[in-house]
Amino acid sequence: MKRARIRKHTRHLLTGLGLFFLASFQPLLAQQNEEGQATPVKLGLMLPYSGTYAPLGESITNGLKLAIKQNGDQLGGRPVEYVVLDSEADASKAPQNMSRLVKGDKVDVVIGPVHSGVAMGMLKVAKQTGAIMIIPNAGLGAATGQLCMPNVFRTSFSMWQDSYPMGKVAYDRGHRKVVTITWNYAGGKEDIAGFEEAFSKAGGEIVKQILVPFPETQFQPYLTDIASIKPDAVYTFFAGAGAVRFVRDYAKVGLKDSVPLLGSGFLTDGNLDAQGEAAEGILTTLHYADGLDSDVDRTFREAYGKAYERKLDTYAVQGYDAGMMLVQALDQTDGNSADRDALISALASVKLNSPRGPVTFSKAHHPIQNIYLRQVTDGRNQVIDVASRALEDPARGCRM
Amino acid sequence: MDPVFIAIQLLNGLQYGLLLFLIASGLTLIFGIMGIINLAHGAMYMIGAYLAYDLTLRTGSFWLALLLAVPIAVVLGLVIERLFLGTLYRRDHLYQVLLTFGLILVLNEAQRIIWGSDVQSVPVPASLSGNIALTGNLQYPVYRLFVAAICLLVAGGIYWIIRHTRLGIVIRAGAVNRDMVEGLGIDVRTLFTLIFSVGVGLAAFAGMLSAPMTSLYPGMGDNILITCFVIVVIGGIGSIKGAFLGSLLIGQAATFGPVLLPALASVIIYLIMAAVLIIKPRGLFA
Repeated sequence: MKRARIRKHTRHLLTGLGLFFLASFQPLLAQQNEEGQATPVKLGLMLPYSGTYAPLGESITNGLKLAIKQNGDQLGGRPVEYVVLDSEADASKAPQNMSRLVKGDKVDVVIGPVHSGVAMGMLKVAKQTGAIMIIPNAGLGAATGQLCMPNVFRTSFSMWQDSYPMGKVAYDRGHRKVVTITWNYAGGKEDIAGFEEAFSKAGGEIVKQILVPFPETQFQPYLTDIASIKPDAVYTFFAGAGAVRFVRDYAKVGLKDSVPLLGSGFLTDGNLDAQGEAAEGILTTLHYADGLDSDVDRTFREAYGKAYERKLDTYAVQGYDAGMMLVQALDQTDGNSADRDALISALASVKLNSPRGPVTFSKAHHPIQNIYLRQVTDGRNQVIDVASRALEDPARGCRM
Repeated sequence: MDPVFIAIQLLNGLQYGLLLFLIASGLTLIFGIMGIINLAHGAMYMIGAYLAYDLTLRTGSFWLALLLAVPIAVVLGLVIERLFLGTLYRRDHLYQVLLTFGLILVLNEAQRIIWGSDVQSVPVPASLSGNIALTGNLQYPVYRLFVAAICLLVAGGIYWIIRHTRLGIVIRAGAVNRDMVEGLGIDVRTLFTLIFSVGVGLAAFAGMLSAPMTSLYPGMGDNILITCFVIVVIGGIGSIKGAFLGSLLIGQAATFGPVLLPALASVIIYLIMAAVLIIKPRGLFA
């Protein structure tokens, strides 16, 4: 008898406790039921974490995670789950990897890649599946040009966008005859074409276009050739190890003093430690710079410096902005990622107050942004001017 | 083209060719005498460059770094030969190819773990950082001339050993008929260890000398390996003289080719290899 009563009391107590818990978590439950989404937002990161491009993948990941962490590790009220995949910057594996993220892991958004060749493979799958994709680096024109599609966004740059402003800068500085030199691959050629378009329009002449087989870094013969041509300036696109060697060789053979070296910012970005003295004074144009000195930039640099050991670079900003873009868009949809069209239009309407300055997105989903003129000073890519304000990529061939 | 610039390009080609010889000589000896296709040769070039980088940082002196790095590289070669290759001599070529390919992966990954994937550089030692003025706007870095001189010295040393010492006779004989050498009672096992460690040591030494002229990045040896295989094939497998002349030829081709025939820049050395193979299928000096 006694025992039965205890049992009854216990049951009541437990029921009460249960009700109490239900009551206190009701708002949360209600929200989850309404949306049908107790699950976290799944972000698929398809970036290189091994090989030559690994430092870029790491920077982008750092930036992205910092933005989401600053937002309380949530997107539109939902927790975030990262599915991380090493793209190996291998174009041949790109379609398969992308399919795995989209169909296998069923991620809500894919963030990637770094390498333009990988981007081509990913875009194919994005076209077939309608998967939402944010490109945090790869600058091939086609991604927001001929191959543009509603579900693909870019937070970085296009080769054209970063090189076009230099054409006018070069002409205004009195250069009339310029030699261009780059690797013989799509990215390099697109970059050179952007420069040439603006430089020719201004009235300058490209006296020779040198294409070096990729990834050759034996530059001595080309530099001797340039010296024999005696141009007013040299415009170049190189990145990574090639950029380090080119800048050092260019200074070592003494060309730097008589023929100014110009380039898009990848020439010196993230390479200044390795280039050292040889890079001092080089002019470049890019969508980010040191010494922008805005409140947003200062806060961002401080937070990044606290969170990571890696030195801040442009790639980290691109990753950070991809994160900020998701923060804003999912806030706007109240965390709903199931309604693809709503999420896409929320992403398209994002206006970023980025460390690099104001960023909005064009009809082709490419950033409209300032391109800065920078000069290497004391080992920094110091901004000296805005080469082109709120520059929009022409998105040639995009019908959207 | 101005004759002055032709002369400068000849110098560029000579210097590049001499550097290639350091790598190709080891490759051709290992291939010719041991019958091993050492795919990891380029990776050893990379390891040499990174050793120079690391030890220069630690000791503050490039010369001290060279002094320390050479024995490290030779010992690494010795360990690889004794531990891994030694068990495979009796097997088919494919086993060795597979092993040395695996070594590329291991060495590349080790490089990434130890030194990271960021691009690095080594400053030119102060005593050689000067330039020689050539034309109004062009200088030749003294360091490059120094490297050329060192390569010539090494080439001369190798030539002397091969031509005028007992060891040289054994090596030459080994390249022609390995079984006969073994039959005559010469300790081939020790000879192999010596050839392999010195061979990869030379590749690493080339990497060390290159470090102040180039930029260091993961997998930097992969491309140079292919160029060096071309040289070995052109010169004739196992022939040091062939490797030397092949290196100079490829050095000049890689210098003049891209400037005079830009459309063929990326294939010119393979065209030369194909032409040589048509005329002399076993290479120039096999």
